[in-house]
Amino acid sequence: MALAPVTAILTPRKQEATEARLAAMTMPAGGWSDAARQDAVARVRAMGLPGARDEYWKYTKPEGFVDVQAQAAAVFQSDEAPMFDELDRLKIVFVDGVFDADASDDLALEGVSIDRLAEAADIHWAKDLYGVLEERGQDPVQRPLASLNTAYATDGILIHVTGKPSKPINLIYRHASEQSDAILHHVIKVDAGAEATILENGPAASRFNKCMEVDVADTGRLHHVRAQGRDHERRAITHIFARLGTESTFKSFTLTVNGVMTRNECVLELTGDDAEAHVAGACMGDGNFHHDDTVFVTHDAVNCESRQVFKKVLRNGATGVFQGKILVKEGAQKTDGYQISQSLLLDDDSQFLAKPELEIYADDVACSHGSTSGAIDEDGLFYLRARGVPRGMAEDLMTIAFIAEAVQEIENEDIQEQINNRVAGWLERRRG
Amino acid sequence: MLEIKNLHVKLEEEDKVILKGVDLTVESGKVHAIMGPNGSGKSTLSYVLSGKDGYEVTDGEASLLGEDILEMEPEERAAAGLFLAFQYPVEIPGVGNMTFLRTAVNAQRKARGQEEMNATEFLKEVRARAKDLKIDADMLKRPVNVGFSGGEKKRNEILQMAMLEPKMCILDETDSGLDVDAMKLVAEGVNALRDEGRGFLVITHYQRLLDHIKPDVVHIMANGRIVKTGGPELALEVENNGYADILAEVA
Ligand SMILES: Nc1ncnc2c1ncn2[C@@H]1O[C@H](COP(=O)(O)OP(=O)(O)OP(=O)(O)O)[C@@H](O)[C@H]1O
Ligand SMILES: [Mg+2]
Repeated sequence: MALAPVTAILTPRKQEATEARLAAMTMPAGGWSDAARQDAVARVRAMGLPGARDEYWKYTKPEGFVDVQAQAAAVFQSDEAPMFDELDRLKIVFVDGVFDADASDDLALEGVSIDRLAEAADIHWAKDLYGVLEERGQDPVQRPLASLNTAYATDGILIHVTGKPSKPINLIYRHASEQSDAILHHVIKVDAGAEATILENGPAASRFNKCMEVDVADTGRLHHVRAQGRDHERRAITHIFARLGTESTFKSFTLTVNGVMTRNECVLELTGDDAEAHVAGACMGDGNFHHDDTVFVTHDAVNCESRQVFKKVLRNGATGVFQGKILVKEGAQKTDGYQISQSLLLDDDSQFLAKPELEIYADDVACSHGSTSGAIDEDGLFYLRARGVPRGMAEDLMTIAFIAEAVQEIENEDIQEQINNRVAGWLERRRG
Repeated sequence: MLEIKNLHVKLEEEDKVILKGVDLTVESGKVHAIMGPNGSGKSTLSYVLSGKDGYEVTDGEASLLGEDILEMEPEERAAAGLFLAFQYPVEIPGVGNMTFLRTAVNAQRKARGQEEMNATEFLKEVRARAKDLKIDADMLKRPVNVGFSGGEKKRNEILQMAMLEPKMCILDETDSGLDVDAMKLVAEGVNALRDEGRGFLVITHYQRLLDHIKPDVVHIMANGRIVKTGGPELALEVENNGYADILAEVA
C-alpha cells in the first residue's frame, strides 16, 4: 500500500520564513532530549514551516503561528472561577509557559511519576518517546509546527502512569504577559492496566505551541479533558500524538471558548487490536474567532473503534474548520470508525468549513462520517416556547443540546456538567 | 375561557388561506371536541392559538380569559395558561426530559410571579404523575421524545400537561397512535384535570376517545370553518356515517 504523502512544497519564501524563525529561537539545553531536539530542527528545516499555500492549511492561516514575533494578546479578566477548581486534583501551574512551583502541588501522587521536562534526570524513560511519536505523526501529513515544538520546548510535564492515581492531574496554564510566547511539550506514558485522567485549562500565553505525546500500553486507559482559556486575543497551535496498544483506551475532549485563532491537531494511531480512541471537541465562537480541528486517525489493528465528534457553535462572523480523516490500513479488519462534525450557525455571518475524509484499505470495516451546518431547529424551539420556556433560554437549551454528543464523550459526569455550565455562562453573557 | 371570533389565517410565505372565519367559544369547566376531515385546518387552529411562526392572522381575534393572545409570544401564552398537546410531539436530542419539564414548570412559575419548585419537590411530583400514566423512570431520563414510540410521545404530552396545570388545554389527536390501554390512561389523565376552572378543546378523528373523555360540545370543522356544532351525538353520527352527509347539509 502506497499512501501519497501530503508534503508541502518548500518554496524559497517558506525557507526564508523558517530560517528567520529558527534564528530568533534558542534551543534549551535538554540533556537526554538533545538528540531528539536536533533531529526535530532538521525536520523543520526539511519541511519548512507551514505557508498559506499549503494544502493542509487551506482553511486556516498559519502566519500567526509561524511569525518570528508573537502578536500581543490582552490578558482577559474573568469573574468566573477557573475551570476544574471544585475538583480534587493535583495542580501543576505554568504562567506564560513558565512553571510556577509556588502555585503548583507537590509532584507526588501514588500510581504515577511526574517530572518536569526542564529538570528530568539524564537517563529518562521519556527518551524513548520524546519526539518519537511526533515524528511518526509526520507521515503521511507534515506537521512542522509540532517538530518546532519538539526542538524548542522550554518545559513540559513527563507523566508515567504506572497504576491508578486517585485523582486527576491538572495542568493549569495562566496567561500574565501580553507578549508571552510559550512552547510546552508533554509526554505521557500509560503502563499496561494503568489508568489516569489529565485535565488542562487556561489560555497559557499570547501565543501557545503545545505538543502532547501519549503512549498507551495494552489495556491502559487515558482520559483527557481540556478547556482552552477565554482570552479573546490568544493564539494556540496544539498537537496530540497518541499511540494505542491492544485493548487500550484514549479519550480526549476539548472545550474552546473564544481565542482569536486556535488549531488543535490530533493524530491517533491504533496499533493494537481491540483498542478504542475517542476524540471530541466543542467550541463556542463569537466574532473574531477562528477555530480549526484537524484530526487524523489511523487504524492499523483489528477490531478497533474510533470516534471523532466535533461541534461548533458560531456567531457574529466566527469561523469553524474541521479536517478529519480516518485511515484504515490493510488488515485492519472489523474497524469501527465514526466521524461527525457539525456546526450550529447562530447567524448568517458565520461559516463552517469541513473536509471529512475516509481512506480504507481493508474490506470488513464499518466507517461513517457526516458533516452538517445549520441553524437552531425551529420546531424544537417552538416546542420549548409553547411549554413556557422564554426564547433566549430555549435557544440556550437547544445550543447546549447541540454540543451534547461531544460533551458526552467525557466519561466523568461531573466534568460533563461543569463543561455545560461553562457553555451556559457563555451563552447567558451574550444574551445580556 | 377561550374565545375565537371570525379568525382568518393564511400562510405567511404563500397566498394560501387556511382558516376562513373560525368562531368558537370554550367555556370554563367544559370539554369541546373538534372533528373534521384531514386538512380542514384543525392543527393550524391549534398552532395559531399557541403562537407558531409561519401563519398570518388576517382577520378576527382570539382571547384567553379575556386577554388577547394573538399578539403574545408563545411562552407568554403558555404562562397565561394555554397548553397544546402536539399532534406530532417534537424530538429534542440532547435535552433531558426532566431538565425540559423542570425548566418549563419554573419558567411559567417565574412568569406568573410564583416561587420556583425546588428539585426534590419537583421530582416527587413528576414521579407521582408519571406513575399514573405508566411512564417509567427511564423515559424521564431520556432526551425529550427521542426514541419514544408514538404512544409514549402522547403520554409524555399528557405528563407535561399534568405538571404545568394549564387553564386551557388543546389536545391535537392525542389519541392517534395509542393502544386501547394507553388511550384509557390518557383519558384518565385528562379527566383527572377536568375542573371548573379549566377548559378543554379535544381534536380527534374518533369517537373512541370521546367515550372516555365525554365532551359537552362537538364541532365539525371543514375547509377552515366550524360548519356544525352539536352535542355528543354529533360525534356518533360522524363515526357511523362519515362527513359526507354533514358537509352536504351545510354546503
Ligand atoms: N406550513 C404549512 N405550509 C403549507 N401548507 C400548510 C402549512 N400548514 C398547514 N398547511 C395546509 O393547510 C391545510 C390544513 O392543515 P392542518 O394541518 O391544519 O389540517 P388538519 O385539520 O389538522 O388535518 P389532519 O386531520 O390531517 O391532522 C392542509 O391543506 C395543509 O397542507
Ligand atoms: Mg392535524
